Amino acid sequence: MLTAADVRSRLATLDGVTIAEGDSPLTVTVPAAQWATIATRLKDEMGFGFFSFLSAVDWKEEGLEVVAWIDNTDARLSVVLKTRLGAGGTTCPSLAEVYRGANWMERECFDMFGISFEGHPDLRRILLPDDWVGYPLLKLYDVDTPYPPYR
Amino acid sequence: MATDLTPRVTTELDYAGAERLTMNMGPQHPSAHGVFRAILTLEGETVVGVDAVIGYLHRCHEKLAETLAYVQYPSIASKTDYVAAMTSELAYVMAAERIAKIEVPKRAEHLRVLVAELQRVASHCLWLGTWCMDMGGALGGGATIFLYCIRERELVLDLFEKLTGARLLYGFHQVGGVRYDMPEGFAADCRQTIDLIEARLLEYEAMLEDNTFFLMRTKGVGVISRQLAEEVGISGPLLRASGVDFDLRRDAPYSSYQDFQFKVPVETDGDCLARYRVRMVEFRESIRIVRQILDGLPEGPISSRPGVKAVAQVRVPKGETYTRVEGPRGEVGCYLIADGGPKPYRMKWRGASFSNLAVLPFIIPGHSVADVVAIMGSVDPVFGEVDR
Amino acid sequence: MEIKRPVPVVPAPIWKEFKDLQEWNELHKQRQTGDKHSETFETLTEGLHQFPGGFVLTTVTDNFLNWARKSSVWPVTFGLACCAIEMMATFASRFDVERLGMVPWASPRHADLMIISGTVTIKMAPMLLRIYDQMPDPKWAVSMGSCSNSGGPFRHGYHVVKGVDRVIPIDVYVPGCPPPPESLLNGLLLLQDQIAHFHKTGKKAPPTEKVD
Repeated sequence: MLTAADVRSRLATLDGVTIAEGDSPLTVTVPAAQWATIATRLKDEMGFGFFSFLSAVDWKEEGLEVVAWIDNTDARLSVVLKTRLGAGGTTCPSLAEVYRGANWMERECFDMFGISFEGHPDLRRILLPDDWVGYPLLKLYDVDTPYPPYR
Repeated sequence: MATDLTPRVTTELDYAGAERLTMNMGPQHPSAHGVFRAILTLEGETVVGVDAVIGYLHRCHEKLAETLAYVQYPSIASKTDYVAAMTSELAYVMAAERIAKIEVPKRAEHLRVLVAELQRVASHCLWLGTWCMDMGGALGGGATIFLYCIRERELVLDLFEKLTGARLLYGFHQVGGVRYDMPEGFAADCRQTIDLIEARLLEYEAMLEDNTFFLMRTKGVGVISRQLAEEVGISGPLLRASGVDFDLRRDAPYSSYQDFQFKVPVETDGDCLARYRVRMVEFRESIRIVRQILDGLPEGPISSRPGVKAVAQVRVPKGETYTRVEGPRGEVGCYLIADGGPKPYRMKWRGASFSNLAVLPFIIPGHSVADVVAIMGSVDPVFGEVDR
Repeated sequence: MEIKRPVPVVPAPIWKEFKDLQEWNELHKQRQTGDKHSETFETLTEGLHQFPGGFVLTTVTDNFLNWARKSSVWPVTFGLACCAIEMMATFASRFDVERLGMVPWASPRHADLMIISGTVTIKMAPMLLRIYDQMPDPKWAVSMGSCSNSGGPFRHGYHVVKGVDRVIPIDVYVPGCPPPPESLLNGLLLLQDQIAHFHKTGKKAPPTEKVD
C-alpha cells in the first residue's frame, strides 16, 4: 500500500517542487510549467485518480495561485497541488486532459478569476452570463457592483 | 449504450437526409430539480450531445463569505445544499474550528452526527419522491411515491422544528459547537419517527422493486464506469454505486464518526438501479447511527465558546484548511483561508452536485430523451451547491 | 445506430436570437397593460348601468366570475431555490394546496399564478420574464421568500437581483427564509381575497389592512 513517504520521495525528484510539512494532506508547491506533468505523474504512476477540486486564490500584489486537491481512494492519501502564477500572471496549463473533472472546475476559475487555461477544450464562462464583464472573485471587484436595472 | 468517454456537442449533418435537432430543456421544467438548462442535441429520439448550462442560481456565496464574519456566515452556508442544510453548515464551521484549533465538546459532536444522519434520511426521502415523480409524472403514478416520501420527510422536519425552530434552513451549527440542545421528549419522538420510517421503507421497496416499469427505466441506464467516476470527482452514492469503496465518514472521519458502527454500501453496476440500492441501504445505516447516538449521548456543554454577542467575536488566526463532509449527495467541502480577522480571506465551496453534474455530458449520450430525466434524478443535483 | 466521434465544439445557441422572443418583445410593446383593463368591457358596463337594475347584473356577474377565478388558480411550477422545497411541501399532502383549487401545472400557457420561490439572479431574470410573458391574462404573481422580495441574504451579491419586482409586477409578498408552508398558504389566501376584488373595469384591490 502506498504511503505518504513514498509519494514524498517520488515527487521530490522533480525540480522546482517543494513539499511542505505534514502528511494529510501532502502540500506540494510546483512551478506553473510543471503543473500538468506532475498531475500526470500522480495519476499514472501513483494511483491518485480521484479529482476533488481545483480553485484559485487572489493574493493581491503577489498574484494568483491555483490550488488542486487530488486523492488516492485506495491508499486514503490526499495531495494538494499549488502553483503561483506570479504578479499579473493569468495563464496556467490545463488539467482537463488528465482529469475530466478539471473541465468544469477550470471553467469556473476562468469565470471568477480570469485565468485562462492553456489546452482546455472549451474555455467559456460557466456560472455567469456569457456577456458578463469582469472577474468577480478578484479582490479589486466590489461585491455590490451595480447592474442596472436589476440591481 | 455509448461508453465513449468524451463530451459531445456537435451540430452536423450525419447520415443521408437526417439532421440533428437541438432541443432546449430549459431552466424551468417540471422535473422539479431546480434551475438547470440542458441543450440536448438529438438524432431522432437519441441524445447525442449534452451541453449543460448552469449558473442560474449563482448567488455569490464565495464573495459574500469574504464580507461576512465567521459568526454570521453559517446560516448562509445552509443555503448551498438547501435540502441537506445540516451538512452544508458543518463543513464551514469545522473549517473555522480546525484552523483556530477550537475544541468541540463531545455532546456537541454527537448532536452534530445525529442531525447529519437525520438530515440524510430526510434528504433521501425527498430524492426518492422527486425521482419517482419525474419518472412517473406528476398527476399519475409518480405522485404516489412523492406524497408518501414527503409524508415521511415531514416527520423528520417536525423533529428538526422541535430542535431548532426551523424546518428547512436551520443555523444550528456555530463555531465551537451547536446552538440548541435537545428539548424534553426529543429522544423518544426521534426513536418513534425512525422506527416508523424504517417500517415504511420496506413498503416503498416492495412497491418499486416489483414494478417492471421501474426496473426497465433504471436498469442499465446511465452507467458510470469506475474510472470516469474517479476522474470527474463524483462522490457520495454515485461513487459507491460505481464500485469505489470510499466514504468520508469512515475513511476521513470527522466529528466523532469514528465512535459509531455503520456499513458502507457499494454496488458495482453503476446504473440508476445501483444508485437507488445504495441510497436505500444508506437510509437504514443512518437510522442505525441515530439509534446508537440516542443510546449513548454524553452529558455536557453544547458549545465550547460563549454565546454570540458581537460580530467580531470569533477571530481565526492565519492558516488554511479544507474540510470535507459526507453529505447525502457526496463530498461537500470548504476550503478556507483565514488571515487573523473576523472574516475569511478566501472561502471556496466544493459542492458535491457541481462535480456530480459534470459527469452528465459523458453518460447521457446514447440514451433516449426519456432517460435524461431518470439519470438526472438519480444523480440528485441541488442547484444551490452547483452554482453557489 | 452508431454514434459518430466528436468534432470541435460549437458554442451553445444564444437564446436572444430565437425568433419567437423577438416577436414577443414586439407584442409586449403594443399591449403593455394586457387585458387586465379592458375598454370593451368598460363601455359595455357603462351601457348596462343606464338601465334600472343594471348594477345588480354587473355585480352578480363580477362576483361569480371572481369566485370562479379565485377558486381555480393554477400556479406554474417556478421553483428556483430553497423556497421551492417549501413550495413543494405546500403542494404535498400535509399542507395540501389542491383543496384551494390550485393544481401546480408546468406549462405557463395554462397557468394563472407564478409563485417565484427563490433567488432571482441576473442570468435567470430574462428567463423569468419570458415565462411570465407566456402566461395569459389575467395573471398574478406571488413573491415567496426574502430572496425574491428584496434579494434577501444575498442582496449584496453581484449576480443577485434586488427583488423580483424589478422584473415583473408582484401582487403578494410572503416573507420568510424560507417561509414555512403555513406562511405561503396565508399568502395564497390573501391573493384569493385580492382576486375577489378584481374588476373587469380594471380597478385593483386596495392594499390589505395591516393586522398585528
